[in-house]
Amino acid sequence: MKTFTFVRGKAIPFLLDDIDTDQIAPANLVRTLTPDYKIAMFGHRRASAIAADKPLPFDMPQYAGAPILVTGKNFGCGSAREVAVWALAENGIRCIVAPSFSAVYRESCLKNGILPVVLDEPSHADFAAICVRDDGRGEFVADLASRTLHTPEGREFPFAFDAGEREALLHGLDDVASTLRYVGDIERWETRCEIETPWLRRVSIDTSR
Amino acid sequence: MPSPDAASRTLFDILWSRHVVREEANGKTLLYIDRTVIDDVRAPFVFANMKRRDLNIRHPELALLVQDHAVATFPNISNPRIEFAEATRNAAREFGLRLFDVGAPSQGISHVAAPESGFVIPGASYISVDSHAPTVGGIGALGFGCGSTEMEHVLATQCVWMQRPKQARLTLTGGLATGVTAKDIVLRALAVFGRETFAGMALEFAGAASLLSVEARMTLCNMAVEMGARTALVAPDDSVIDWIEARAGIHLASELRDAQAVSSLCSGASAVFDLDVTLECPDAPQITWGTSPAQVMAIDGVTPRGEDATTTRALAYMDLAPDTPLLGKKVDYVFIGSCTNARFDDLEAAANILRGRHVADGVRAVVVPGSRAVERQAAASGIKDIFIASGFVWGETGCSMCAGGGERIASGSRVVSTTNRNFENRQGPDVRTHLASPLTAAAAAIAGAICDPRSLMNGKSQ
Ligand code: SF4
Repeated sequence: MKTFTFVRGKAIPFLLDDIDTDQIAPANLVRTLTPDYKIAMFGHRRASAIAADKPLPFDMPQYAGAPILVTGKNFGCGSAREVAVWALAENGIRCIVAPSFSAVYRESCLKNGILPVVLDEPSHADFAAICVRDDGRGEFVADLASRTLHTPEGREFPFAFDAGEREALLHGLDDVASTLRYVGDIERWETRCEIETPWLRRVSIDTSR
Repeated sequence: MPSPDAASRTLFDILWSRHVVREEANGKTLLYIDRTVIDDVRAPFVFANMKRRDLNIRHPELALLVQDHAVATFPNISNPRIEFAEATRNAAREFGLRLFDVGAPSQGISHVAAPESGFVIPGASYISVDSHAPTVGGIGALGFGCGSTEMEHVLATQCVWMQRPKQARLTLTGGLATGVTAKDIVLRALAVFGRETFAGMALEFAGAASLLSVEARMTLCNMAVEMGARTALVAPDDSVIDWIEARAGIHLASELRDAQAVSSLCSGASAVFDLDVTLECPDAPQITWGTSPAQVMAIDGVTPRGEDATTTRALAYMDLAPDTPLLGKKVDYVFIGSCTNARFDDLEAAANILRGRHVADGVRAVVVPGSRAVERQAAASGIKDIFIASGFVWGETGCSMCAGGGERIASGSRVVSTTNRNFENRQGPDVRTHLASPLTAAAAAIAGAICDPRSLMNGKSQ
């Protein structure tokens, strides 16, 4: 698992709610074994915005190289496709700040060393406003060790984070190795299941049908 | 034996606690997973990483690979995504995994084929690298979607770490009016509760849900995902075992019957939920007008006034005026398929509209069965012939036009689709998708426009 300790850099505001994974990584742009994530990330939205001469922040020079994305609620809803996390990672995003995430998307962020920060709605509105006003000029910091976001003018936004997940991110713990410390518990569960609900242990598929 | 607190346990409590391997102090639970399904567009990434990380699969016999997303709907048109099918086949061979390959008798869309074949059964926990895994809640299995890196962990440990979700119950009241199906009920639920009310929760459909067919229950659970639910359930009953017997075979069904595998799978009389709400089944078919599955109206209603930015943007994308009816709006394309609505029930309902009628000029109408088993049943019962005689084009089992696969739909087309997502560009660049039931989709194909299926049903109930 990739580590995350802190990241410093610009913050891109993309303040829409319910951004689904089809928008982040459109199926027709990632349905290859080696997608071009530079093109795929928000591919359709960026293309139509450029065509209308109103490019999205992702294509504005002042936000080039920004590692922090500030967005709206329910980010990453829709399809479970992890390419929608890889697309952001490959474009340098290391931290996403939102009022809420889809559960699957948030899990996938953790697995890829991207920090998903949840701020309550008032703090989020505050933070987003600062980010819009800053317009790619200053440096923000997202620090997992102290669980704090820092703005260029020195404001601090603390955020909550699960202790176990924080540990895993800070130290890049291998998820499989960590779980297999409990292999005894897993084996005990399997033995009990064999006795109590044995039909769950066997797959019976009649392949002639 | 019922324990003293049996009456206060929910169905979700029962399934969850049976699968707990370990609980941490912070509430994280290590949950055992009885069945995993990996589809063809994720398998290449998952197994390349398994190899790179040198991970072994703990129980290869409990995993299944399925070809669905990348299957060519019309194989005579070349399939640019053949690389996925091949990589999936190679992974199955290398890791010694069961594969429902293209053309195999059990092949189908993951969440259709897994329960039909008997791979996923009531009481089992199920994880798939696809968000619609909770579909299997319709047979009383506990389904969760996950990302592909998470799947590597599941395959290596047969477990997943999860925070126990909050629980909700949605009790359906009333009954099915003419022309109204499970799809209409769940679209109505989306209209009323939106995409946040049940976000992250385990959602049980109760009340009239138990009167629905097993297929219809799966439609409800499938679209619960659009409401943000982490998983969804309908308490399984004997009709589920009968359904399994007719599909997966008598052997599995009698084992489940003898073991009384479903008898204890229901919420107790005094079970308490974090959120307990009711919904009156709608009296008219429902259809989406916008670009979110929660932007729903009655088929004979009018579009919203468009007073906020989200509504305005959605109406503009859909090329619709505010405050106007949808009925009569010209349609270019109709799709009946997907893990939401491509089971036998769905096709049979649509065929009742299509019998003796013909698809309107200028409409391309495509039907793709959810599995080979559905296809065989449709062929044997004459349903397939009705579709073809009416002018529908019959495609190869798979996800097809649900996620922009299958074939290219012309930019700007208006589509009535039985799928679950109408996001911008989901079915192709600038394609305008209206989600609806198979009845409403069939009616649109016949009328060449958005049409109330009740007008083609002679007042007869389906
Ligand atoms: S039919 Fe559509 S929603 Fe269902 S698994 Fe396939 S792509 Fe996903």
